[in-house]
Amino acid sequence: MKSDIVLAGVGGQGILTIATILGAAALNDNLYLKQAEVHGMSQRGGDVQSNLRLSSEPIHSDLIRLGGADLIVSLEPMEALRYLPFLSEEGWIVTNSVPFVNIDNYPEMEKVEKALRDHGHVIMFDMEAVAKEVATQRSSNLVLLGAASPFIEIEPDKIIEAIRNLFASKGEKIVEGNVAAFREGRIKATEQM
Amino acid sequence: MKTKQLLLGDEALALGAIYGGLSGAYAYPGTPSTEILEYVQKNPLARERKIHSHWSSNEKTAMEEALGMSFCGKRAITSMKHVGMNVAADPFVNSAMTGANGGFLVIAADDPSMHSSQNEQDSRFYADFAMIPALEPSNQQEAYDMARYGFELSERLGVPVLTRLVTRLSHSRAVVETDCEPLPENKLHYPSNTRQWVLMPAMSKVRNRSLIAQQADFVKASEASPFNSYTEAHDHRLGIIVSGIAYNYLMECFEGNCPFPVVKLSQYPLPTKLLRRLYDSCDALMVIEEGQPFIEGKLKGLCESGKKIYGKLSGNVVRDGELNPDLVAEAIRSVIPNAKGLRFLKGADAADIIAPRPPMLCQGCGHRDVYGALNEALEAYKDPKVFGDIGCYTLGFLKPFNAIDTCVDMGASITMAKGAADAGQHPSVAIIGDSTFTHSGMTGLLDAINEDSPILVIISDNLTTGMTGGQDSQGTGKIEDICLGLGADPAHVRTIDSLPKNHDEMVRLFREEIDHKGLSVVVSRRECIQTARRHATRK
Repeated sequence: MKSDIVLAGVGGQGILTIATILGAAALNDNLYLKQAEVHGMSQRGGDVQSNLRLSSEPIHSDLIRLGGADLIVSLEPMEALRYLPFLSEEGWIVTNSVPFVNIDNYPEMEKVEKALRDHGHVIMFDMEAVAKEVATQRSSNLVLLGAASPFIEIEPDKIIEAIRNLFASKGEKIVEGNVAAFREGRIKATEQM
Repeated sequence: MKTKQLLLGDEALALGAIYGGLSGAYAYPGTPSTEILEYVQKNPLARERKIHSHWSSNEKTAMEEALGMSFCGKRAITSMKHVGMNVAADPFVNSAMTGANGGFLVIAADDPSMHSSQNEQDSRFYADFAMIPALEPSNQQEAYDMARYGFELSERLGVPVLTRLVTRLSHSRAVVETDCEPLPENKLHYPSNTRQWVLMPAMSKVRNRSLIAQQADFVKASEASPFNSYTEAHDHRLGIIVSGIAYNYLMECFEGNCPFPVVKLSQYPLPTKLLRRLYDSCDALMVIEEGQPFIEGKLKGLCESGKKIYGKLSGNVVRDGELNPDLVAEAIRSVIPNAKGLRFLKGADAADIIAPRPPMLCQGCGHRDVYGALNEALEAYKDPKVFGDIGCYTLGFLKPFNAIDTCVDMGASITMAKGAADAGQHPSVAIIGDSTFTHSGMTGLLDAINEDSPILVIISDNLTTGMTGGQDSQGTGKIEDICLGLGADPAHVRTIDSLPKNHDEMVRLFREEIDHKGLSVVVSRRECIQTARRHATRK
């Protein structure tokens, strides 16, 4: 098994939570794992990304090669495009469709959508709306994780277990909301595949 | 018996130190080193053992505190970002002269590519300059293992040992096998040679000679190091010397099967025999190292007989920025175009519509209000200059504020503003955060107070060390008292809450103090929005 994933978003959106959950699930599954993330200045509203590599074989590099990623998982549509050169020819993009506009020169949304659709292997929907339906908007990143999960060879139940463990201290309501968001994201993605 | 844990490189090193009998950790926050001390602070065993883990005022005080603990025979670490080594350079270089008693690890986390720093300096040069050994882990497991190993090496050789991390190791997580049984802490015991701890010329001259004499032992330690290795392979057109994290990139390019002999380096000084063996058996050498061409430069001196050495100095490996597997593959292809097993993959084309997304100050951040008011206050003057400093508020350089003219090093705002005022500049304004002020601003302020320099010093106090994620700031609750204690005129040490509703008053206050013909301090205060949120959730 091998999954090389570029996680993308804007500082503060919560991509590192996705990495933490998948990391815990992978550790539990006895997989090898490397996950490089960005801390410091760029976390203040700038673009952030994390390279997450999971494998049943030992992993050498912390960084994914150009053309080496199986998956781009993004909480923001333009940020998904930023890492296209890392995506392999058979790779998939799973992204939230809602733009996060905190710059003056954000491109026209039609162009962003077209560039994503042109790629072919894309799962894209309004993850904030789905999160609000089943939990709260804060669970958007869990919807995204659910949507990405069909492409990652870890049993969904094991990911759910990791979600439960991570949020256990925050109370039953938050745990169940996040699990529901994950499940709903997975269903929506499966419909689009 | 081992257990498996998922750890950042920083955390692995910290945990290795705790299990290696650590008694004290000393640090000032700085990306990418911050998580080392944070990990010690939250680790249950460290708490149970009451291992020292309070933040220090700056890297120099941290280094000296750790050295004092080592003097007393206990194991200590001090951790900092690469530029923190400049602040701590005086005690660092001189700690090589005093030597270490309890195991002493100096951890420097370099930031090639400058993800969150002002330069790309390579800390291996510091170890070389101070004539002490250095360790450079290539992965998280080595980071863990090297802590205990480094303590033992430090005690065996009687000198501090530098451990060099880089961003991609500090901030990358991997599965690490950890010990279940921690070593006990050392008992209090004093150095056997007490004279070398007093660096007066007579003693220093003796000590300098013994440190020089020890250099051969340090090389032998590198040659015997379990972290340095020679791996034979069939294609001797090229021999590759690769250090630290770059080793992983090399292995990635060849999926683990490099056709060329490889010397992996993770302990310095250079293991001469290993390198000589590679040099003698290969047609040419290539050096792949993260950071500046440290090994390559040394090698040119060691191997004078004329074989070609390819690396950053020759232009085959990119000279700036961090390495990655693709850059390493390109470098090898530039010398051996048909290297067996060298892989290149094809990615999708870059989308041409992407806009850059630079970082910015948070909504609800008090620095925003300070810059808004300062810009308005300065509209009334011709050629005002604002000397900035290191912290979140450096982002005031970017749109929409475009509010600062300089950013150099910790504390430089106040001293540069003073120098500019000495040159006749008016208005000359310094803006500095509370943590940076207590790190390196206080001494400069004393200079300005002693000359009553006509500058305005704005201390934008957010009650935390914000940029690195909200660590305790050493001056919290004491900022005005510090200024007054240093001798600032109480009439010109003024405080305001940096809130939108106080905008007009801030503008007026800034103008008044700019017009004052002497030193003024305005403390603008508002809790960091990030830590305020965290405090609110905890309640």
